Amino acid sequence: MTTSLRIVNGKLYDPTNDIDGESRDICIENGKIVDSVDTDAKKIDAQGMVIMPGGVDIHCHIAGPKVNLARKLQPEDHRLDPHPGSALMRSGTGGIVPSTFTTGYRYATLGYTTAMEAAVTPIGARHALEELHDTPVIDKGFYVLLGNNIFLQKLLQQGRTEEFKQAVAWWINATKAYAVKLVNPGGDEPWKGKRNSNVANIDEKSTETDLSPRDIIDAFIGAVNELGLPHPPHLHSNNLGHSGNVSTTMETMRTAADRRLHMAHIQFHSYGGELGKNPVSAAQEIAEYINSHPNITCDVGQVMFGKSTIMTADAPLAYMLRGISKNKWVNADTECESGCGILPFSYQENIYVHALQWAIGLELFLLSQDPWRIILSTDHPNGGSFMSYPKLIRLLMDKEFRKQEIKSVNQKAINKTILQDLDREYSLNEIAIITRAGPAKALNLKHKGHLGVGADADITVYDEHEDKELMFSAPRYVIKSGKLIIEDHEFKQDHIGRLLHTSPDYDETIIESIRPFFEKYYSIEFDNYAVNDSYLHDHEVIPGIN
Amino acid sequence: MSENIKTVKNATCTFCGCVCDDMILTVDMDEKRIIKAKNACVLGRAWFSQHTIEDAPAAMIDGQPVSVDEAIEEAAQTLMNARFPITYGLSDTTCEAQRQAVAITDFIKGTIDTTTSVCHGPSGLAFQGIGESTMTLGEVKNRADLVIYWGGNPAESHPRHFTKFTVTAKGMFTPNGKKDRTVVLFDVRRTASTPVADIFVQLKPGKDFEVLWALRALVKGRTIDASIEEETGVSLETLKDLVERMKNCRYGVFFFGMGLTMTRGRHFNSGALLALTTDLNEFTHFVAKPARGHGNVTGADNVLSWQTGYPFGVNFSRGFPRFNPGEFTTVDTLSRGEADAALIIASDPASNFPKAAIDHLRSIPVITLDPKETLTTKLAHVAFRTATYGINTGGTVYRMDDVPISLRPAFESPFPSDEEILTSLKARVHELVLAGKNQQSALKTSTSLNA
Amino acid sequence: MAENMILIPGRSTKQGISLNEGKLKEEYQKITSTLEINEEDMSRLGLENGDSVRIFNEIGESIVVCKGRKATDLPSGLLFIAYGPSSSQLMDSDTAGSGMPLSKNLAVQLEKLSS
Repeated sequence: MTTSLRIVNGKLYDPTNDIDGESRDICIENGKIVDSVDTDAKKIDAQGMVIMPGGVDIHCHIAGPKVNLARKLQPEDHRLDPHPGSALMRSGTGGIVPSTFTTGYRYATLGYTTAMEAAVTPIGARHALEELHDTPVIDKGFYVLLGNNIFLQKLLQQGRTEEFKQAVAWWINATKAYAVKLVNPGGDEPWKGKRNSNVANIDEKSTETDLSPRDIIDAFIGAVNELGLPHPPHLHSNNLGHSGNVSTTMETMRTAADRRLHMAHIQFHSYGGELGKNPVSAAQEIAEYINSHPNITCDVGQVMFGKSTIMTADAPLAYMLRGISKNKWVNADTECESGCGILPFSYQENIYVHALQWAIGLELFLLSQDPWRIILSTDHPNGGSFMSYPKLIRLLMDKEFRKQEIKSVNQKAINKTILQDLDREYSLNEIAIITRAGPAKALNLKHKGHLGVGADADITVYDEHEDKELMFSAPRYVIKSGKLIIEDHEFKQDHIGRLLHTSPDYDETIIESIRPFFEKYYSIEFDNYAVNDSYLHDHEVIPGIN
Repeated sequence: MSENIKTVKNATCTFCGCVCDDMILTVDMDEKRIIKAKNACVLGRAWFSQHTIEDAPAAMIDGQPVSVDEAIEEAAQTLMNARFPITYGLSDTTCEAQRQAVAITDFIKGTIDTTTSVCHGPSGLAFQGIGESTMTLGEVKNRADLVIYWGGNPAESHPRHFTKFTVTAKGMFTPNGKKDRTVVLFDVRRTASTPVADIFVQLKPGKDFEVLWALRALVKGRTIDASIEEETGVSLETLKDLVERMKNCRYGVFFFGMGLTMTRGRHFNSGALLALTTDLNEFTHFVAKPARGHGNVTGADNVLSWQTGYPFGVNFSRGFPRFNPGEFTTVDTLSRGEADAALIIASDPASNFPKAAIDHLRSIPVITLDPKETLTTKLAHVAFRTATYGINTGGTVYRMDDVPISLRPAFESPFPSDEEILTSLKARVHELVLAGKNQQSALKTSTSLNA
Repeated sequence: MAENMILIPGRSTKQGISLNEGKLKEEYQKITSTLEINEEDMSRLGLENGDSVRIFNEIGESIVVCKGRKATDLPSGLLFIAYGPSSSQLMDSDTAGSGMPLSKNLAVQLEKLSS
């Protein structure tokens, strides 16, 4: 039920509107924040409570083909973490890769109301949309994988950059995606076609296409910015996880010059040292570049100790990790579009590399001078579950807690970082930026991440508490699209949520360029490829920025 | 033939796991029948031509025609009054219907299982233990230079597999089709598929695991005794030759059938093949894929996995999903006499389950949804006649390689779709649950919630 | 005298076609009760195409009609049948904790029915 609501006496943290802990009333009607409501509207007294916009996860893996393979792969993990249903909620299972219903409900119980699935193959878009439909409460969208798309690379190889741009726009429309995702650009062909090898250097030209990763990245940055998509290219750059990858990461960011670019899970790309040897921290170099380049946004991809699941379109990476862990392993090739690797994993405090990764993530957060452009993520479930966000928030807000935690991890790793010298503590306002206002801005979701009039009524109310982990684990109220979903910590009603996607204009003649390639090299019919509107549940088209 | 003829292009055949989506259907709209299915194989032609509208009641209770609403009410009451209701089938219906079926089972705290458990269920278990290096079928068309079939007869079960995807199909790095590939077939007998193979390996029945394990050993550089031939029917020389081919190919692929899953060894057989595939990735790119049978059995695995975390054999009696093959799979719940009501969707266990399971099915109230009369609908307490997916309804199906495809219906059926029946049934069941009317909620209050 | 044999139920094109017509139709029933036997085994047992035989084990039994296959195609001692009601009568319901009853390579005995 959508009701009129008035929340009174709470302390607001609404960085977009420069409100930092002041007491303001919030009025809600028809799913939006409004100026005023009738005096008989339901009233919530938020005395002693903190009010923030609903959280926005800019980078997670929660729906679609690879996520479902990872779910199927780990019955032993689901068994440990059942999620009982009720007459109001569907049941499910949790663990590191929860079922769809459980994913939606658990995001809601953290006060998150929007989440973006970060990597879906175009041919798997229907699958992702079906799962997102079954992911309740939150609004959601996905990024479509185009960085190893063979047809698009052929256009680039032939210098057909205008058609390339049109084809990118067509693919976004055909899949109902929110943004373009690039993963290890240029790395698929050596993996699938050259005995599981990889591209090692951003300037290494492919023997097939004569394109280097830099050529591909540059072309996508150009096309996406010219199209004015709400979110810039969302880039998982080359050499993820390798010692010494900082040079690749720096070169990648320089390729953007002053054009918009989002660097995904940058922690995994901030390693110094020599390839094949133990990494060291390169967080300072990366943080410095990002601080001085306002065109770059990033999410951190913080590693949290405990269970994780590697799931990535970067198949060579998963295979490399499989060589270390010897765990069960999935590889899944998608024709003309993508690779994929999946591996159950865990990060352990006493292991040098894991402790270093953990510390580098924290360094990046603490060295950032602009919280608007460094967004909280764990690359769920790659760095750890989204359920560990409250603990991560405490690590950022509470330096005494952080010091305690630092003591319990591999000290050799800590000594390769400057983490012990960083005394910064995030304020509630900064937390509101890195979990709400910042990601909403980076996504150009104008109605989210803030509490101004006209915003979506996606609101979280926390009891203020010294222990920030506790505080952020259990909001007292969660309001989604004006519906009171959680009231006094109790789940009150279900909600389906909206699919967020974008729809750039394109020249329809591009379809006739794509068709002949498609008919030759794909295994389904071209006319059955584009996703029709029946796969959109309640949805919203987010306009571009041009 | 009437004047009222319509053509449906890019229609999809949902008979087998190939889910060919290049059908051109010629439909007689007055007679409501498909008179031609261009591009269809022999099985597809039968699928399209034989699914006409039969003159039959949309719903029956104990063999007597009733309204659909009455049947929904009776079905809901039957499920609510049961203490161990089971849901089964689902491989020949849309994902949209499957999603409703899981919801119903969740609400009634029942047990849900699909035909996967008696098909590639063992491969699903092997997947959970080993993982799987796999691919979409277009990758095979574009890249595979070594194609190995094991324990299957695609010429008869998936007739277009060879031509559309794996043998004669021409692709990006295989421009000459069959000339660019070596095809190997492992089976215990010669079949219609054998002539397609460059190398046919005939092994003794029930010796798949031994042959696969020997191949793994050879890939790892271990020594195998020549007595392997006496044990398995396959010579050491043949095995060594195959291993060299596997290690040296550019893109190798295994397709495996129920010749592995339905025999001695079951999930160990599938697991050995998946482990061999993983091993081979140290040398080259290698992938494997179970050749799934029914049109949307792959969708059923996917829907159950995303909604519950588990692919089949799921029980909700404690209010959350639990997975236990052997415990919650349908042959077991029936043959042990545990199930006390069954909702069977688009499947015919009464004609292909073991005798003990069929005997129990006869003794409990059964609800069926099927476009045709079967041995199972004949014994049903409540029987719904439904529209045929892909012919009369739209919706989504997943090809054997997890590629989702939207259906384009050819003509309307007077019968409701599975999705419509199940949506109504879910709504009624949910009402009864909210009113606290089910056996399970009464039981639950006295049972602790420990997992 | 009954002979020990191994029965392989499986799919066939004819079975696939006929199930579209309807499982209660004559064609489907005929196809799923036709047993393929190695020709040499047939002549040794004094069987001809079209003869009825009884196949049975400790689970149950089926009466089916036999049809010869060349020895190179179907080795001696193996039987093939399109799976369906006849083969399900011979399947053990024990799944050994897997959910899957053994459905291929069933140990059966075969005997000629006196005409």
